[in-house]
Amino acid sequence: MSEAPILEIEDLRVALPEGSDRPLALDGLSLTVNRGEILCLVGESGSGKSLAAGAVMRLLPEPSVRMTDGRIRLEGQDLATLSEREIRQLRGNRMAMIFQEPMTALNPQKTVGWQIDEVLRLHTSLGRKARAARTLEMLEQVHIPDPRSAMNAYPHQVSGGQRQRVMIAMALAMDPRLIIADEPTTALDVTTQLQILRLIRELQESHGSGVLFITHDFGVVAEIADRVAVLRRGELVEQGTADEILNRPQHPYTRALIAAVPDLTPPAPRSFDGAPTVLKAEGMRKTFRARGGIFGGRRKAVVAVDQVSFDLRRGETLGIVGESGSGKTTVARCITRLLDADGGRVTLDGRDILSASGGDLRAMRADIQMVFQDPMASLNPRKRVVDLIAQGPIVHGTPPRAAREQARELLRLVELSPAAADRYPHEFSGGQRQRIGIARALALEPKVIVADEPVSALDVSVQAQVLRLLADLRKRLELSLLFVTHDLRVAAQLCDRVAVMEKGRVVETGVTAELFANPQHAYTRKLLASVPGRDWTPPQIREDAA
Amino acid sequence: MSLADPIDLPPEEPRWRVFWRRYRRNKAAVLGLVLLGCVVLLAAVAGLYEPVDPLRRAGPPLTWPFQTWDTPLGTDQLGRDILAGILHGARISLLIGVVATVISIAIGVVIGALAGYFGGWVDDVLMRVTEAFQTVPSFVLLLALVAILGSSIENIVLAIGIVSWTAPARLSRAEFMSLRRREFVEAVRNLGVGHTAIIFREILPNALPPIVIYASVIMALAILLESALAFLGLGDPNYASWGNMIGQGRAVLRTAWFVSAIPGFAIVLTVLSFSLLGEGLNEVLNPRQKKT
Amino acid sequence: MAYLIYALRRALQAVPVILMIMVGAFLLLKLAPGDTVDALVGDMGGADAQFIARLRAEYGLDQPVWVQLWRYLAKMAQFDFGWSYVYEQPVATVLLDRLGTTLMLMCASLFFAFTIGILLGAIAARRAYSATDNVISTLGLIFYATPSFFLSLMMIVIFSVKLGWLPVGGIRTIAAFHTGWDHVLDVARHLVMPTAALSLIYLAFYLRLMRASVLEVAELDYVRTARAKGAGETRLMVHHIMRNALLPVVTLLGLQFSTLLGGSVVVETIFSLPGLGQLAYQSVIQRDMNTLMGIIFLSSVVVIVVNFLTDLLYARLDSRIELA
Repeated sequence: MSEAPILEIEDLRVALPEGSDRPLALDGLSLTVNRGEILCLVGESGSGKSLAAGAVMRLLPEPSVRMTDGRIRLEGQDLATLSEREIRQLRGNRMAMIFQEPMTALNPQKTVGWQIDEVLRLHTSLGRKARAARTLEMLEQVHIPDPRSAMNAYPHQVSGGQRQRVMIAMALAMDPRLIIADEPTTALDVTTQLQILRLIRELQESHGSGVLFITHDFGVVAEIADRVAVLRRGELVEQGTADEILNRPQHPYTRALIAAVPDLTPPAPRSFDGAPTVLKAEGMRKTFRARGGIFGGRRKAVVAVDQVSFDLRRGETLGIVGESGSGKTTVARCITRLLDADGGRVTLDGRDILSASGGDLRAMRADIQMVFQDPMASLNPRKRVVDLIAQGPIVHGTPPRAAREQARELLRLVELSPAAADRYPHEFSGGQRQRIGIARALALEPKVIVADEPVSALDVSVQAQVLRLLADLRKRLELSLLFVTHDLRVAAQLCDRVAVMEKGRVVETGVTAELFANPQHAYTRKLLASVPGRDWTPPQIREDAA
Repeated sequence: MSLADPIDLPPEEPRWRVFWRRYRRNKAAVLGLVLLGCVVLLAAVAGLYEPVDPLRRAGPPLTWPFQTWDTPLGTDQLGRDILAGILHGARISLLIGVVATVISIAIGVVIGALAGYFGGWVDDVLMRVTEAFQTVPSFVLLLALVAILGSSIENIVLAIGIVSWTAPARLSRAEFMSLRRREFVEAVRNLGVGHTAIIFREILPNALPPIVIYASVIMALAILLESALAFLGLGDPNYASWGNMIGQGRAVLRTAWFVSAIPGFAIVLTVLSFSLLGEGLNEVLNPRQKKT
Repeated sequence: MAYLIYALRRALQAVPVILMIMVGAFLLLKLAPGDTVDALVGDMGGADAQFIARLRAEYGLDQPVWVQLWRYLAKMAQFDFGWSYVYEQPVATVLLDRLGTTLMLMCASLFFAFTIGILLGAIAARRAYSATDNVISTLGLIFYATPSFFLSLMMIVIFSVKLGWLPVGGIRTIAAFHTGWDHVLDVARHLVMPTAALSLIYLAFYLRLMRASVLEVAELDYVRTARAKGAGETRLMVHHIMRNALLPVVTLLGLQFSTLLGGSVVVETIFSLPGLGQLAYQSVIQRDMNTLMGIIFLSSVVVIVVNFLTDLLYARLDSRIELA
């Protein structure tokens, strides 16, 4: 019995409701998870990887999505034959799950302790005291600071990383044989992500469970996987040991995916000697004040941007990197005047942006354009693509007919068919939408483009295409780019210089290649050391080799 | 990367066809549309049916329904034809429903849009005003307004609009608050577009679906408010109104309950049709995959 | 302590609202044709112009509008709503006389509508799209479309005229002089139909809201988490869905209270219950504007108090609200 693999999936088929893009979400998926092993199931969005987890836990949104064929065995026991009641006794007990969003995966109305305790109440006959002791022990195991007070805290009172630790404590409370982790670190910052990955590894080794780890991120795979299975549109294309897949991928799809992962080692720096400075920020400050007075609640003021200075030369790309809450997005929004800074000076070609108002500000907006993070949210869903792109020039005085003509040209520039002009944004994929966003920013022929995490919502292969497009455009149009990102791999490949932000301050600025090779500030070192899979260099794969 | 070709994109379907396909999914909503069609038909034939004046005597008082072709649905205690009352009442109900809703939505959207878009003290002030209006029991306020303005049909419509704008105001405020922080609004601000254009051209079209859905609720409420006023004898005496017919029928309730019951059912069906219409609109404008 | 500060802050927020309502009432009074003196003179059967002018001066009606407003506000703040020329009593006395009946009717209706509504809503949501759900939802739609006055009349026809089970109107059986439990029972019998008539539409409202809310919460991530822990359907409902689904319903509990009070006008009039609603109707008919404004003010205060209580309840229910 103990020789049976922990999880065996054989020829699993999961059907999607009618009218979906394909009839089967999963088509003939077979894989095994052995004792003490972490199997990474990798795939892009829509590959069906999360549904595989749902099928194992029998938590598919039935009846619209349902398992139609195949076998799932947990330590040799066929799960399909179990009644609802029996499967319930397995869930949380012999197989447990960790979800992606720690913010929403915990009940906001119950304390952390209660939610861990619930697992014990469901699956053991322990008394109240024994359960409390076990809960405390679990919180200690996941290294929550001050576990005693954490037990009585509500989820909103602890940070995202701590919440994910609580989720893990909950999953491990019954010492399950199988742990399914569905993108458990995707919503977390890199430094927290590394801690959580290490924690999963540590606990998995001490408990001897098998882990089915679902992710889209090859860096995470390199960090944690023993074996890897690659999924594309519901079909398993390749599986093998981590070393085999990461360094010697066979299937063209895997090779393309891995080729799309940006290398953490920056290319040789370009020279900008003699290039004029286009954008200059000095001592920028922004504090989000507590609102309220007698009618509102008390809220602490937050210093989001504190004495930030940098300059950007023509044709150069400056990366602003940092974790969430570092103030990098606030910097981008203050510079584009979407927010009003409290102090400091920002000049664009010698003209002050921060104090501009009325007509001056409007004229200046044409020179500094923005590309946004979410390609769905940043395009008005009720406007045609051509109108979205032509809107800026029309506002700034170009005759509408000429502006629309130009918009069609721009579509070609961002590698979209001009026929796309008369469609609505929802008809395009994420990558295509981001191209439309870029075309809109280019329409005003700006001197500077501020890009706020423009590729972080995209799949890795699409991300590579958009990055290539940006690199190509900046060369052709001599664009200066202020590139805000949390992803050091992306920054390494695209940025000429980077400014590292922590808690509203720039802690270090430098030429990317030098800064990555020899970080000076402790925080920069910590960030670089946290990049998942930093020791793995994606193999150079020649396209013709396949 | 190849260019996204129009061939890759599915052919565009005419909007009304998409709407109808989604609307049809909800059987109850289709029933609502049919009911509403009937009410509109009633209102339309009101002028064709004799006697044209529903307030004049048409036959012997308190004739029961289905007794004679002259007055198919019977007569009330003054011998007025109930069918004529129903037909003309449909006109008043629809008129009140539509006009009062337009007034209330117009006030509500403007106030909600300003509060939600600008936030800060503008929001504070406008929301206090909204709260004040919401605090006063709307029917009591309606009574006071009608008592002061007089109960002509114009004043009643205006008063109903005035007492029912708060809910659409809150709704549009919430919509505007969430939409103004959306990236597409920031993108447009970044292009240099002014506030007025952002409010009306960018945000409003996106905020409209829930407001349109809610409009069906307001229409139903407006009809109920008017009929309650008329029931209490505070409606415009120059027009036949279902509420008024029920109120009159109260005097003969013990013997001739049909005098109240027939217009009562007319109100129930009309209000029901608007509610169902709202559900259908919800299906069209807020499509969500429904589990079967 | 934190709870107290929170309560105090919420109470403070109501001040501008009350002020605005008082100003509104004043404006309505000014808009109304005729003023106090006209009413007084009409009551006396006429008077000469000089006397009227003296009366105007005495009542401060010759003062600038803002002085009058200030005096009106000061009086209102002391619950002095002026004199009712219909009842020959101070308005405040007339109102207090009627408040009890209306509050009783409100509490009964709200309790009935809320408990049954959320119960049926929760049941419908748990069996979404089944026959049970269809029956409950259809009933909800019909209740929602039925005007309370029509419902009242039909209930009178059935339960009083045809079956003779329940009294047609009034708050107690006249000349029966019940005492003790008999009295309570008698009043309760008189309140059955008004309560039902008033609450059915709100019952339908809470039902629909609760159904939608439960369906929404049931899709949330933490419910999936609880499922993955091995929790059964009952446990999910009781511990994870109900409390969160109740929050939006409780928010509307306070808001709906004011419309419920408005609805009492019709129901109290039909069942001749001596409450504020019936008084409001009579004031309109008899053009007793002082009383009408008094009702508007008093009922607004009641609504504010109820809103305040639901806010406190909400804060108790939602652990995310920081009370500081």
